[in-house]
Amino acid sequence: MSSTATHGTDTLRVGDREYQAVIGLEVHAQLLTRSKMFCGCSAAYVGAPPNSNTCPVCLGLPGTLPVINRQAVEYTVRTAVALNCEIPEFTKFDRKNYFYPDLPKGYQISQYDLPLSRRGWLQFHVDGEQRRCGITRVHLEEDTGTMYHAGDVLQSATSSLVDCNRCGVPLMEIVGEPDLRTPEEAREYLIWLRRVLMYIGVNDGNLEQGSFRCDANVSIRPRGSDQLGVKVEIKNMNSFRAVHHALGYEIERQRQVLEQGGALPQETRGWVETQQATVSQRSKEYAHDYRYFPEPDLPPLQLEAALVERIRGELPELPDARAARLRRQHGLGDYDAGLLTATREEADTYESVVATGVGAKLAANWMLGDVARLANEHRLPLQQSGLGVAGLAALLRLLEAGTISGSVAKELLAELYRDGGDPAALVEQRGLGQVSDAGALSSLIDEAIAQGSKAVADFRAGKEAALQSLVGYVMKQTRGRADAQLVNRLLRERLGG
Amino acid sequence: MPLTPEDIAHVAMLARLGLSDEERSRYGAQLDAILEHMTRLNDVDTSPVGETAQVGELVNVWREDISQPSLSVERALANAPAREADFFRVGAIQE
Amino acid sequence: MSFTGGTVAASAAALREGGVSPQELLAEARAQFERVDAEVGAVLTQTWELAERQAADAQRRLREDPGAASPLCGIPVALKDVLCLEGVACTAGSRILEGFHPPYTGTAVQRLLDAGAVVIGKTNCDEFAMGSSTENSAYRPVRNPWDRSRVPGGSSGGSAAAVAAGMVPYSLGTDTGGSIRQPAALCGVVGFKPTYGRVSRYGLIAFASSLDQIGPFAHTVEDCALVYSAIAGHDPRDSTSSPTAVEDPMETLRGGIAGMRLGVPHEYFGEGLEPGVRRAVEEALRVLEGMGATLDEVSLPSTGAALSTYYIIAPAECSSNLARYDGIRFGMRKEHDALLQMYLDTRGCGFGAEVKRRIMLGTYALSSGYYDAYYRKAQKVRTVIAEEFAAAFERVDALVCATSPTVAFPLAAREDPLSMYLCDVLTLPVNLAGLPGVSLPCGMADGLPVGLQVIAPRFQDARALRVAHAYEQATGWHRARSPLVEATA
Ligand SMILES: [Mg+2]
Ligand SMILES: [Zn+2]
Repeated sequence: MSSTATHGTDTLRVGDREYQAVIGLEVHAQLLTRSKMFCGCSAAYVGAPPNSNTCPVCLGLPGTLPVINRQAVEYTVRTAVALNCEIPEFTKFDRKNYFYPDLPKGYQISQYDLPLSRRGWLQFHVDGEQRRCGITRVHLEEDTGTMYHAGDVLQSATSSLVDCNRCGVPLMEIVGEPDLRTPEEAREYLIWLRRVLMYIGVNDGNLEQGSFRCDANVSIRPRGSDQLGVKVEIKNMNSFRAVHHALGYEIERQRQVLEQGGALPQETRGWVETQQATVSQRSKEYAHDYRYFPEPDLPPLQLEAALVERIRGELPELPDARAARLRRQHGLGDYDAGLLTATREEADTYESVVATGVGAKLAANWMLGDVARLANEHRLPLQQSGLGVAGLAALLRLLEAGTISGSVAKELLAELYRDGGDPAALVEQRGLGQVSDAGALSSLIDEAIAQGSKAVADFRAGKEAALQSLVGYVMKQTRGRADAQLVNRLLRERLGG
Repeated sequence: MPLTPEDIAHVAMLARLGLSDEERSRYGAQLDAILEHMTRLNDVDTSPVGETAQVGELVNVWREDISQPSLSVERALANAPAREADFFRVGAIQE
Repeated sequence: MSFTGGTVAASAAALREGGVSPQELLAEARAQFERVDAEVGAVLTQTWELAERQAADAQRRLREDPGAASPLCGIPVALKDVLCLEGVACTAGSRILEGFHPPYTGTAVQRLLDAGAVVIGKTNCDEFAMGSSTENSAYRPVRNPWDRSRVPGGSSGGSAAAVAAGMVPYSLGTDTGGSIRQPAALCGVVGFKPTYGRVSRYGLIAFASSLDQIGPFAHTVEDCALVYSAIAGHDPRDSTSSPTAVEDPMETLRGGIAGMRLGVPHEYFGEGLEPGVRRAVEEALRVLEGMGATLDEVSLPSTGAALSTYYIIAPAECSSNLARYDGIRFGMRKEHDALLQMYLDTRGCGFGAEVKRRIMLGTYALSSGYYDAYYRKAQKVRTVIAEEFAAAFERVDALVCATSPTVAFPLAAREDPLSMYLCDVLTLPVNLAGLPGVSLPCGMADGLPVGLQVIAPRFQDARALRVAHAYEQATGWHRARSPLVEATA
């Protein structure tokens, strides 16, 4: 099934009528606290041996009681503020009751009618265009444990295994308004949301490990209608690509069902990567009835304005604002500014390099070019490389000052990234300083002309490009140290060009 | 309004209580009688008051984000009725 | 000299004067247990080995620094089997917790251990503390030490009976709707339910979280005050525990009640009261008046709706609190290949009739479509009930009334759940409002003990104990012992 129907436009055709998809996303993001939401177990459960990260509280043993992690509340407030939400003065926890082996207490401590925040929005960009998606609410709850199923297909499994290490990890639920219309919008919304959460330091944005998880509600309706169609919930999308593909698939599937005169039941479907399709998960007939009621074990929260204002004051510059500032301040293009603000570290690095006096454009080119390539090759960010942020700044200053040539800089960058060292000392020690003295280059220019008679003839016959092989000869002989522009000028003078 | 057998079955399923037919009809009758008694709630005018979920007037009871040692795996699993390796084992989920 | 049937205070004094050792007290407790418990059925799990070690420990502490040792040091105690003690089986009176050994100790119990308590065992109770006769224990009923054909009350029937039968001078119970005060009344001992939030619930297997509270049984109000002092106070593990300082009840215990205004709640003297109970309580009122207190009739108009309120809120909370008994991480399990069937079988077989009934009731009250009519409405009535108490306490210092409308009734006399629920009509409003309440002996009716209830405003636990102590000292009903103790003495 193709998803071309959704590319470029948000218009779908069902027969001769125009339809439109309506997408709402619900994100569950784990908080980067040290301890769990309601007990002292470590929140960093990834990689721990099964059931080694539990205590009587998160195992839901009889007699145990939850105690709220203050940092988790503050992180959620921080998120709510970053997402322009209203934060009511009064909020409380509720129990969401249902049975599942990964839920030890038989209820999840969550928030129901008085969530920690409501009514915000997130700004994001699709193909350079600015969009805004409403945020219905951001609330705080606890994560469940992990189930492992024997056999690949659930139906044929004879038993399942439960690991409670993740039980009780603080989890934020960020419910978006159904303001999205295309898989592209949905993907970009998620990318920007993740970026914001990582910027403000509340989430590590790991989709694969599930610290940032997304479910989608999708329906389609006649264009212009303001009623929502029957919602299909899609789960199990573990990458931005999966979200994009799953939504594309699902919208087209729904379109085809309608085109064939079929009806869409309200259901939950899972994205199956290997089939590149959404598959109906369960249409359990005993409907969910979570029997929410106020958590009697936890007094409510009364978040004072001063607390919220302090957290607002501590908020870092958010990616969207930062990109705009970089464009304004350093004359960067949309694309470059976007890339340089993709993470807070990247943006910090860029700004600290520029702060040492390196040209904004030059720094951007190097960071997005060679540095990005090396980071990728070594699977090591610049900050942790031998070069470091200060090293990169020093190297680029040598380049800008004309002390070294571009090719020497490139070579040194690779070496220092791997091995570390002081750029200036290395240039000195190896004599890599740029040769920009006409006298010193004069005999090499002679040599180049002598050995390149064909190129000389071509150049004289008007072939501009032929000069490059002569320049290249000089560069090679100096192992890249020659000032390429100077060599170019000297050759032209000599050849009378 | 008396509870129907379907109501009883639905509530028992929500609560994951496997009940015999006899229990179902007995509980049905008893719940009817109890719920009948509950109509006394309506004798009290509650229009001017809020809800009391807890009697303490506490707010903002929280702890600092400090991580504490967990139980050993053996202690965590010691009470498990069924264990496989270091996991709790359960039957297949067939919904 | 025998300490069987004696008080904590007497044992504590003797321990310091060298008249007895913790090991001797333990041996006496054990002898009495072995003599009478086959008839009473108060203890579910015995912990003699642990007790021996604790007694030796206490002995050392008393020898090293008798002045610093708590009055509870070296004194035997029994714990209701809903209180977790690390490594000791804890059943909550239910099959579903068979084999469960908690890997941790609850706060109140830990505070007793820190005081040097000697734990002889875990006491029988109604399953998950749901009941008023202890007949809902999955293991066996408890029998009233005054008349073994009768119930001890409940749900802390084992803890009440263990004290009444002289096995231990004090015990811990829990009170959600009267589960300490009502069995104390029926067994002729003192039972104290502190203000909600005074004693940490950490380690108490929850029945209804917003109502549960741990408290002591003993022969005297003074002993209850001693135990309360040891277990009360803020606990960071229980977010509903109050951070305010605990008033030491011993400081005011002997202050008397001259000039105090005592309220007599009109609605608590209705037609359900047995004539013998009414007579004893009215006589108690006259005694209080004679001691210089003024009696004022007060009205708590919504009392008639309290039972309904309670039997919505408590089952609603219990339906959720008991969801964790799923056969996966602890307790009993009926094995089945399919998860759903395992849940149904485990919970269907593991819980007894009363627990299942309340889970059904609570699940229904919370389910979609019924929440507003039942649960939300009950929460609002709860507000009204608490406000009525508060208004009464603007006029009076404490309330006095009967604890139980009846004396101990015969086993199997109350098959109908509603008639059993009526046992708690006089106690459960106190839980709804989170107030402290004491029950203490105030006479006999048909040869069975009658209990007087003293209710105070929130956090006025010391005042409730002071009123109770004054009455007790004036009348001496607390010196009466059940035939099982008298036969020993
Ligand atoms: Mg959620
Ligand atoms: Zn834990």
